[in-house]
Amino acid sequence: MSNAASITEGRDIKLTATSILNAVFERGVKVALAPVLGILAFLMIWSLAAQNIHTSLGQFPGPTDVWQQFGSLYNEHTTERTKATAFYERQEKRNAARVAKDPTYVPKIRAYTGKETYFDQIVTSLITVMSGFILAALIAIPLGIAVGLNSALRSGFNPIIQIFKPVSPLAWLPLVTMVVSAVYVSNDPLIAKSFLNSMITVTLCCLWPMLINTSVGVASLDKDLVNVSRVLRLPALKHVQKIVLPASVPMIFTGMRLSLGVAWMVLIAAEMLSQNPGLGKFVWDEFQNGSSSSLARIMAAVITIGFIGFLLDRGMLALQRFASWDKDSAAA
Amino acid sequence: MTPILDISHIDMVFPTPKGPFTALKNVDLKISKGEFVSLIGHSGCGKSTVLNIVAGLYQATTGGVVLRGKEVTEPGPERAVVFQNHSLLPWLTAYQNVELAVKQVFGKTKTKTETKEWIEHNLKLVHMDHAMHKRPDEISGGMKQRVGIARALAMQPDILLMDEPFGALDALTRAHMQDSLMEIQNELNNTVIMITHDVDEAVLLSDRIVMMTNGPAATIGEILEVNLERPRERLALAEDTDYTHLRSEVLRFLYEKQRKVEDISSVKKSKAKKRNDKNQHHAA
Repeated sequence: MSNAASITEGRDIKLTATSILNAVFERGVKVALAPVLGILAFLMIWSLAAQNIHTSLGQFPGPTDVWQQFGSLYNEHTTERTKATAFYERQEKRNAARVAKDPTYVPKIRAYTGKETYFDQIVTSLITVMSGFILAALIAIPLGIAVGLNSALRSGFNPIIQIFKPVSPLAWLPLVTMVVSAVYVSNDPLIAKSFLNSMITVTLCCLWPMLINTSVGVASLDKDLVNVSRVLRLPALKHVQKIVLPASVPMIFTGMRLSLGVAWMVLIAAEMLSQNPGLGKFVWDEFQNGSSSSLARIMAAVITIGFIGFLLDRGMLALQRFASWDKDSAAA
Repeated sequence: MTPILDISHIDMVFPTPKGPFTALKNVDLKISKGEFVSLIGHSGCGKSTVLNIVAGLYQATTGGVVLRGKEVTEPGPERAVVFQNHSLLPWLTAYQNVELAVKQVFGKTKTKTETKEWIEHNLKLVHMDHAMHKRPDEISGGMKQRVGIARALAMQPDILLMDEPFGALDALTRAHMQDSLMEIQNELNNTVIMITHDVDEAVLLSDRIVMMTNGPAATIGEILEVNLERPRERLALAEDTDYTHLRSEVLRFLYEKQRKVEDISSVKKSKAKKRNDKNQHHAA
């Protein structure tokens, strides 16, 4: 009797062990194996397709060509850097020699004027997108709160938002360019005009999703929470700080994530169109250059852009998880 | 004894697209200090409107509310409200929710340690001291309502306004909360107005039950004195003849004198009539 019982028990344990193993295996397949397989399949289809596409600039680059170009882009970067250090060393020596000869001589320091490398362009693009994004947030979030709190202001702003929201920011680009060159006149500009152009374009496209989401978040504030605030007689500023702002944080973050995604896409296009420094310009330059390696280099840029866009989104999500009380709304 | 709160001949008229709608007509009620008053009536009879006017969230069209000789014109912490769906700030812990109220009301008069002690004291009063650093989404509905009550009590209000505080809870939790509320009431002897749908709850907790007629132009129909001895014991009262009598008084008012006729009856008259007869049968 007891024997039989222990046998059944033993089988039960075995069963659970295998089912756990199965579950672990299934999870492993989903988490690790499936994405790897997906990428491998993509690479295979890509390389097969690439072999059959012939352009005026030669065969369409396959994964290996692109990989090589990543290598050479990196090499170009390091060579450029060594050249720059060498230049500064030479300049320093020359200046030191002249000062030694003539103590009244004020040494001139000239910046290295070598070509921007691929990695410089990435950094430029990132700085531009972040500055435009932050500027937009500084405008849109306070404005969104004001619009959300005041229904008269909301009806006033609504037509403007509705009309400008669907406009591609690239349509603004020529206007921005002309206005910046007309208004921003300085002999020794602290910030390059081209940078301002792309930044303002990014700002213009970031503005709307953030403004709309913030104002909707604020306007849909639970009426009971407003009543709590009224019973406590919270002063207006404290009401915004303690009730309105925290309540709309999830929506604000949603707007910010949307904005950043759009901003990154728009920036690349803006840089291509306006010849502003950055990844977009790199793509355009390579296209104009038309060498045998151009297509592979553009493809490398495409992959980089995608990867950075992905990282920006993940970064925003991590920030949202850190800052927002509503963890549900921060799900991927 | 002079009343602490005087609800003096209030009318409430809401403007609607179809013209003015009179929700309340000549509601007049005086409440003395330490009294526990329930407002009972069918849904839509304007119980919440009365409470919101006392809270200062609405302004009566005519008439007014006087608390301790001062007319009520705006909401304030001396008339703390316990809302039906707890209304805790979801991003703050139980402690922080009470803290927001305490700092706002006693920020200038209490020191840091006094503030902390007062918050903890109030959370202990509602038996929430074990979970005071949890956020609303981490605690049950009953616990949330406890924190809501602690927040209101912590304001040390002249009068505590409760808008169906246990309406959203299951029956067992509700009974538990009622016992807790009686225990607190025993200790603090607050002046309370509570809105309820629950006849047993009204009889068990109140000193007076104010029964309201159906809207539009709802007003106070009858007032029932509940002279049951305190402390009251749920189980003992279940067999008590006075208790059953009071209970049937309220039921008679609600289901005979103020029988609610549903709107659908105009569409399907016969069916609705049947249902109403059935309701009446249940009530009796």
